[in-house]
Amino acid sequence: MQNLNQRKAYGEMLVKMGAENEKIVVLEADLGKSTMSILFQDRYPQRYFEMGIAEASMISTAAGLALTGKIPFASSFAVFATGRAYDQIRTSVCIPHLNVKICGSSAGLSDFGDGSTHQSIDDITLMRVLPNMNVFSPVDALETEKIMEAMMKIEGPCYLRVNRNDLPILTERGQPFAVGDVYPVKKDGDITLFATGVMVSVGLSAAAMLAEEGISLSVFNVPTIKPLNVVSLLSALEGSRAFVTAEEHSMTGGMGSAILEALSGHCTLPSKLLGIKDQFGTSAQGYRELLDHYGLNAAAIAEAVRTLHERGIGQ
Amino acid sequence: MISNEQILAMDLLAWKIRSRVIEMIGIGKIGHIGGSMSVAEILAALYGYKMRHDPKAPACPTRDRFVMSKGHAALAQYAALAEFGYFPLSELSKVKTLGAMLQGHPDLRLTPGIEANTGSLGQGLSIAVGMALGLRLDGYGSRIYCVVGDGEIAEGQIWEAAMAASNFKLDNLVVFVDYNRIQATDRVEKRFNSNPMACKWEAFGWKVLETDGHDARQICEALDNAEQIKGVPTAIVAHTVKGKGIPFAEDTAAFHNGSMTEEQYNLAVRLLDAKKEAFACDI
Repeated sequence: MQNLNQRKAYGEMLVKMGAENEKIVVLEADLGKSTMSILFQDRYPQRYFEMGIAEASMISTAAGLALTGKIPFASSFAVFATGRAYDQIRTSVCIPHLNVKICGSSAGLSDFGDGSTHQSIDDITLMRVLPNMNVFSPVDALETEKIMEAMMKIEGPCYLRVNRNDLPILTERGQPFAVGDVYPVKKDGDITLFATGVMVSVGLSAAAMLAEEGISLSVFNVPTIKPLNVVSLLSALEGSRAFVTAEEHSMTGGMGSAILEALSGHCTLPSKLLGIKDQFGTSAQGYRELLDHYGLNAAAIAEAVRTLHERGIGQ
Repeated sequence: MISNEQILAMDLLAWKIRSRVIEMIGIGKIGHIGGSMSVAEILAALYGYKMRHDPKAPACPTRDRFVMSKGHAALAQYAALAEFGYFPLSELSKVKTLGAMLQGHPDLRLTPGIEANTGSLGQGLSIAVGMALGLRLDGYGSRIYCVVGDGEIAEGQIWEAAMAASNFKLDNLVVFVDYNRIQATDRVEKRFNSNPMACKWEAFGWKVLETDGHDARQICEALDNAEQIKGVPTAIVAHTVKGKGIPFAEDTAAFHNGSMTEEQYNLAVRLLDAKKEAFACDI
């Protein structure tokens, strides 16, 4: 049976890539059982470094390992991997453009029970503002594997945003992956949805709802937040009258902002951004319940699309 | 046994470092005089005596590494690197100008011989830990040296790294504490007391050596001794004087990042020039 979990994919890919490449080393801040980096420790204990609950030092240590030619993968929960170690990522890693890979696990609201301290609504913004950093947000476990292979080909800092919960598989094994490109999950709509991570499957539900009303919505998966390929974005918008973006992240500086920045000067289509509106997370008993609470659901996407659709009628 | 000639050569190098730093800062421009002067002998002993390094092959994987965690002392490191020919001496006069190879703080992408980007304090020791782990995996026997300031160690990350180094038994790692007892705004004891010093490092699992940070022979002996210590990292607490060698800048926070008047600059140059006779050489 296909693995549905991005964390599991991360841990298993570390082991697979670690077998092929001795330069790969893994660092963890005492969350290895959750990030699944512990799978690497089981196989390659000499190349696994438990840094303790010390994310800042973990990132600078990864920089030091990169300076000896190693390819370090450092993981923790996304809030801590990015926010707690922000200046270390900035100074130790990004300014000197070092080959350090950071995995932010349990990203977004996916750690639904733990509340605001553990829910990363700002990791995309924090990482993409850093020059030299590449930012990835996989839609499923299969794409997580492909992104990790792509990260290995990038000689520089990369951030991988991983969901805690099982997510449906929306890509195919043989499907190619190119850094920066967006990928259609549903094509030929009047309006285009750009979504990342869990919001892609939510977008598909919205498209099904809208189809019953005679509104056709394209759904594009955005697995790379930075760098974005403008040509790929524009080609996704061919034939569209408007676009919507949806992300499990703050609307301030997230994927939607990144797309607007990329399209600035290239595209004048009306648009609507969906995401978390300038607030922190909160505890809930289930993931879907929490996504609903922040309006990250099919109904909200459908409503945004309807508004844009009505505005376009008669043109 | 360290010969008198070797010690003389390091004293000469330390003097040259001081002269270059004064030249680089010049008249009326702000620069980190204090913390650069306090590490002159430490740098002389590392680059001139202990470290295996080759300016002609600065990327040689088996080289020893030096990380200046207190990156504001970059001027002293630039002077040492230029002296060894990592880049032309003429680069020193362009320091901190637009497009210069020599930035206000160390940048490994721009400057040959610089091993890490530091300046945001507290990060260098963790980088050195990473290097020590990586080079131990490679089995090269390379050693990693790092300088931290006694003001800098208020940064919690220093102690995260200190714990990591002893956890991993990194006996290929040596940290110097530039124990000049003055931070940016005043004496450490008055501002934010980071004392007691030695027992802190001991409590974190390090072997601690103490030395006069301006006595090249003592520093070299400490470095030799550190090589014999197995299973734990070594901290060398180097008792130093901020601004050492420049009387008006000695033991004061005023020249942590200060500017010299024309009179002060001329005095500093005159005092350093007077060393030419002692060493019977020119720079």
